[in-house]
Amino acid sequence: MTYIVFGFFGILTLGGGILVVTSRNLVRAAASLVLSLFGVAGLYVLLEAGFLAAAQILIYIGAIAILIIFAVMLTQRVAAENRAATNSQWPWALLVSALTFALLVYIINIVWPLGIRAANVPVLAADPTKGLGMALVDWGQYVLPFEVASILLLGAMVGSIFVAREHHDD
Amino acid sequence: MVPLSWYLVTSALLFCIGLYGVFARRNAVAILMSIELMLNAVNINLVAFWRFQTPTRPVGLAFAVFVLVVAAAEAAVGLALILSIYRQRKHVVVEDMDLLKL
Repeated sequence: MTYIVFGFFGILTLGGGILVVTSRNLVRAAASLVLSLFGVAGLYVLLEAGFLAAAQILIYIGAIAILIIFAVMLTQRVAAENRAATNSQWPWALLVSALTFALLVYIINIVWPLGIRAANVPVLAADPTKGLGMALVDWGQYVLPFEVASILLLGAMVGSIFVAREHHDD
Repeated sequence: MVPLSWYLVTSALLFCIGLYGVFARRNAVAILMSIELMLNAVNINLVAFWRFQTPTRPVGLAFAVFVLVVAAAEAAVGLALILSIYRQRKHVVVEDMDLLKL
C-alpha cells in the first residue's frame, strides 16, 4: 500500500517536473510546477514530516507558484510565443543531465549502498514538529541561522521592491 | 516503509530534470521554475536522510526549513530582476540578455 502511494506521488512529482521543463506554454509549465510541488508534499507525508508537508503547500504552492504565475502573466507577450522553448544546446543539456543522473544512481546504489533493505527503519521521536520548533529557538542549536534567515527574508523583500519598482527619469 | 534508496533515486531524477531545464530553457521564468525543482529535490534528500538516519534529532528538518526560506528569497529577488529586465528589453529570453558583454 505504501508503495502504491509512493509511486503515485513520485509519478506526480517527476511527471510534473518533466512538463515544467518541456512545455512551450509558460502558464502550463507553471501549473505543472504546482503538480510537482504537490507530489513533493505527498512524499513528505510518506516520510512522516507533516509540518514540512504543510509548509510546502503553504509556501511553495500558495506563495512561490502564485508569484511565478504573476511573473509569467506580467512578462508574457503572445506574439513572441511561437519561438522554440529550448535553446540550440538542448542535446548537450540532456546528455549532461543523463550523465549526472547515472553518476548519482551509481553513488546511491553501489558506492554507499544505504537503505537497500526495507527493514529496521528507526523509530521516530515522540513529536518531531515540537522537536523542530524547540531546535529552531534553542540557544545551543539553530537560533543564529534562524535569525540570519529572517534578516535574509527582510533583505530580499526590500531588495525586490527596490529592483522591481518603476523607474522615473527625473 | 519504502526504502531510502527509492527516495534518493526519485530526488536525483527530479534534480536532473531541473538541471536540464536550467541548461536548456530560453525563458528566464522557466529557468527559475527549474531551479525550484532542484531545490525541492535537495529537500526530499534532506527529509529522507532525517527519517532514515537521525529521526531523533531534527537536523534534516531544520536544514529543509532553511532551504525553503532561501528558495522564497531567491524567487522574490529573481522575479523582481526579471520584471526589471522586461521593462527595459521587452523580453525575458536569456540568450539575448547581453548587457554585460563588451
